[in-house]
Amino acid sequence: MKLTLEKQFQLNLKKNKLKFSVTVTLKKDVLDPQGKVVQNTLVNMGMNNLKNIRQGKHFEIEVDENDIKIAQKKIDEMCKKLLVNLIIEDYKINKI
Amino acid sequence: MKSSVIVFPGSNCDRDIAVALEKMQFKNKMVWHKETSLPKSDLIVIPGGFSYGDYLRSGAIAGKSLIIDEVIKAANSGCLVLGICNGFQILTETGLLKGTLLRNKNLKFINKNVNIKVINNDTKFSNKFKKDEILKINIAHNEGNYFTDKNHLEELNKENLVAFKYCDEKGNINEEANPNGSLENIAGIFSQRKNILGMMPHPERMVDEIISNRDGINLFSSLLN
Repeated sequence: MKLTLEKQFQLNLKKNKLKFSVTVTLKKDVLDPQGKVVQNTLVNMGMNNLKNIRQGKHFEIEVDENDIKIAQKKIDEMCKKLLVNLIIEDYKINKI
Repeated sequence: MKSSVIVFPGSNCDRDIAVALEKMQFKNKMVWHKETSLPKSDLIVIPGGFSYGDYLRSGAIAGKSLIIDEVIKAANSGCLVLGICNGFQILTETGLLKGTLLRNKNLKFINKNVNIKVINNDTKFSNKFKKDEILKINIAHNEGNYFTDKNHLEELNKENLVAFKYCDEKGNINEEANPNGSLENIAGIFSQRKNILGMMPHPERMVDEIISNRDGINLFSSLLN
């Protein structure tokens, strides 16, 4: 049986662990040549209504913590200290 | 002059730079990245290569290694630091140099000899070059596209912190002579105190007429001067 996100979340809480996803993308002003190539290829394949593609990175992070706020703070610190280059990248943290 | 070359898993220009330094009579030591202290050095070199397989971002993991804390301390107290290629990427990841190196604009790994122009010859790293001298130096990188914010770019120009720029054979700095899309053709920069130099081209590969040329020699003789 497939667990709903909410149930999975409750289950994780019991296990004293929280899971987050972090999405890292290049800032708007930074050239993203990979995204451009993917975009051009899709257009060449006939996807004509395609407007823009930006390629990014995705992390799934589990922390041994049951306080969401503390966990979120930890993830934010991880982003700032290593996962993200703040000069060129933006990031979003989501609970999963 | 005493030098230390920091070696990471995946460094592959560490021996080349050591050979170049020894040829120029530096007393050189190799330092493994897990060391927690540096031998007494006048110059610290972060060599080229693919530290940690370029995982996460080029230089990101090496930029957090144990020895880097010591390198940062030494750099802040005025020690000379030279980062070549992956070394330049590592220095930007540590924050010792501002800006970052993006993927080459054409998405290709570029390995060729290019012309670069000496922009500032009034530093510990460049005093033996003539101003505007054109050098032919090898580049070999996938992420060499220098990028920084507007304020820092202004600071680089105003305070003469650009070391080298990509140019053509005649010294023209233009788009055609820019191999990787770098901002204003920048190939190397100094820190504000000019005791740190980061550059994408490989001067250590240009110290012997038999295998290349001697255009890189003056960088090392400047340091000895």
